[in-house]
Amino acid sequence: MTEELIIAGFGGQGVLSMGKILAYSGIMQDQEVSWMPAYGPEMRGGTANVTVIVSDQEISSPVLNRFDTAIILNQQSMDKFESAVKPGGTLIYDNNGILNHPTRKDIKIYCVEATDEANRMKSPRSFNMIVLGAYIKIKGFLKYENVISGLKKSLPERHHHTIPENEAGLKRGMDIVKEISI
Amino acid sequence: MGEIKLMKGNEAIAEAAIRVGCDAYFGYPITPQSEVMEYLAAEKPEERTGMVLLQAESEIGAINMIFGAASAGKKVMTSSSSPGISLMQECISYIAGAELPCVIVNVVRGGPGLGTIQPSQADYFQSVKGGGHGDYRLLVLAPDSVQEMSDHVKLGFDLAFKYRNPVMIQSDGVIGQMMEKVEFFDPIPRSTEIQPWATLGRKGMRKKNVITSLDLDPYQNEMHNHFLQEKYRKMEMDEVRFEEYNCEGKLDYLIVAYGCSARVSKKVIEYAKNEKGLNIGLLRPITLFPFPKLQIEKLSKNVKAILSVEMSAGQMIEDIKLTVGKGVRVEHYGRYGGVVHNPEDVWNGFKEIFLNE
Amino acid sequence: MESIDVSMDINEIIKPENLVYKKSSLFEEKPFSYCPGCGHGTIQRTLMEVVEEMGITEDVVGVAPVGCSVTMYEFLDIDMLQAPHGRAAAAATGLKRVLPDKYVFSYQGDGDFAAIGTGESIHTCNRGENILVIFVNNGIYGMTGGQMAPTSLINMKTSTTPYGRKQEQMGSPLKITELIAQLPGTYYVSRHAVHTPAGVRKLKKAIIKSFELQKENKGLCFIEVVSNCNSGWKMTPVKSNQWMEENMFPFYPLGDIKVDGKLVK
Repeated sequence: MTEELIIAGFGGQGVLSMGKILAYSGIMQDQEVSWMPAYGPEMRGGTANVTVIVSDQEISSPVLNRFDTAIILNQQSMDKFESAVKPGGTLIYDNNGILNHPTRKDIKIYCVEATDEANRMKSPRSFNMIVLGAYIKIKGFLKYENVISGLKKSLPERHHHTIPENEAGLKRGMDIVKEISI
Repeated sequence: MGEIKLMKGNEAIAEAAIRVGCDAYFGYPITPQSEVMEYLAAEKPEERTGMVLLQAESEIGAINMIFGAASAGKKVMTSSSSPGISLMQECISYIAGAELPCVIVNVVRGGPGLGTIQPSQADYFQSVKGGGHGDYRLLVLAPDSVQEMSDHVKLGFDLAFKYRNPVMIQSDGVIGQMMEKVEFFDPIPRSTEIQPWATLGRKGMRKKNVITSLDLDPYQNEMHNHFLQEKYRKMEMDEVRFEEYNCEGKLDYLIVAYGCSARVSKKVIEYAKNEKGLNIGLLRPITLFPFPKLQIEKLSKNVKAILSVEMSAGQMIEDIKLTVGKGVRVEHYGRYGGVVHNPEDVWNGFKEIFLNE
Repeated sequence: MESIDVSMDINEIIKPENLVYKKSSLFEEKPFSYCPGCGHGTIQRTLMEVVEEMGITEDVVGVAPVGCSVTMYEFLDIDMLQAPHGRAAAAATGLKRVLPDKYVFSYQGDGDFAAIGTGESIHTCNRGENILVIFVNNGIYGMTGGQMAPTSLINMKTSTTPYGRKQEQMGSPLKITELIAQLPGTYYVSRHAVHTPAGVRKLKKAIIKSFELQKENKGLCFIEVVSNCNSGWKMTPVKSNQWMEENMFPFYPLGDIKVDGKLVK
């Protein structure tokens, strides 16, 4: 099993940390992992994306142009990465701020209203956890308890008090994600 | 089994430096390798091992601090990225001339000039062919994973002290910024061994120790150069390191690539097998100097052609051509100036070059 | 005036009780490469006398610059390294940081410390590294054949300012010593000359004081020696010392500038 994933959105949406939790979750499941960010000059609100690979085999290229799954969190990323999903692959997106919705018929498309849901939960910080919950529900290859251990590993001790809030976000994301038919 | 962590390549360099018993790190921030000093600072190395950590006023300051601390026979390290390494080149030449051990990390970015902060491999010439003035060589290690970023720090210090020669770890922005699993070696206590050549104060009847790269008499300087060249020949005999991937059986083509490009090429090998039934082998130099000449020559005899894959306009290809001679077709493929080629780029390049597609 | 009895044997003259001066045992037999009349030999002799008399030979490491003193390690019998041009203060920093219990000094000329190495020099002073910097200022580049230095005086003729240094074109002579004295990292800053026995004695005291302060980790000690370059200035040694007194001292006045971390001038 090899999962080649890109998460793309704005800086500040928790794109990189989401990738990091997934990488840690993979390690908890005895998988090989790689996490490769697109980096740039330090700037708030700029675009951010990270390529995460989880595999039961040695990982060759950490740099990819085709993905099994794309998690897309803004319009720029939709424009850039919808076409990069492999045929038969998966696209998960938050519809907040999206004007041009995905149109491909050869991939599975899911929507998770994470921004709205995080606001409803009065927990804007849970945004990326809701997205992550949607991902692990749909892809199913990561065990929930491994994701929780991955989350703990990726958070510094001083932030461990936020784990219940994060778990609530994960569960909500698992509940609200829905498939879109084109 | 050591400790397994998920880390950036840059962080692995820093953690390995503490674990290897490095006595001092001097550096100056530059993207994409600033995490090295940031990680060290957060780890309080002065408490963990007593290691000295100092942010210098410039790369020139940093490398000259390395020069001073290395003169004391200590394990010392710096890191930078391409423009910063250019600034260090004068003193690196001094360090090589004065035969001091040290480890220098270059997390390469695109040039020339200020270029870009994105990954590149266009510092091959700078690392392998000298970089500074005079006839000298660095031992150059090229890690292709976060694991090797750690391993090469340890190997680098072993080689630096074995040969009393600076070791360059030539990485790139991809390997520096990416996170992977890394299994660390157990910490080594800082050494108390006194190097007989070190400037520690002239004890008792011992002759004074002088660290210099100067010989005003050209004949003496020529002798010194002879000695250095012999040392470099010995490195070529004993220190060649490489990885062979998919090189068993009958090969159609050979790719030679190091660092990030070697990782990308492994995916290309998969594409070639699946799409065209082609069998491509990969020779990954782990030491760029000494260069794995014999192995490349051996593999070259049974392939149609060789592709050198490097994020540059074609630097390593010169060494491959020198190695295999005119009888073998050798081509270069690489995106450069800070663009990282993905597996499809390289595969398309391969098809265009060799299959006329 | 009594006449000297020339019939005495040399060994009768050089008796321990008659000895007024001897070469420090920390000098090699090798003759100096400095021009006759140059101040470098006197400064380095004074430095070695201090090291010998303080009994710290086993704990001293020096850093040589690029310039006339580039090969000073050939004359001195102590551990030394030779740094790239201008970077002696940075090299001394690296050395001192890994050898905090040793006495570390750098010995640098005006081109080395105050031109090409200004960045390293100022930041080393500002960090307050516990080292001694001996800065020899003769207002000219001696080794390369008498070109303008950052400290060359206005209207001073050098091989690159054959009609004299013009302020409009080349700026003013750099008082780097007064400049670094402003930095909190420097603890003791003093300016000397070695063209008279009294001057040599003062320099010796200043070097002793600096090593004692270094032992106490007080910060950077800085000794400027205003010196002559009879070859570069194209004068006889005697004339050059006279010229130094008349022209250099008014602009670079001798004496303490900073003592116990406080400016005194």
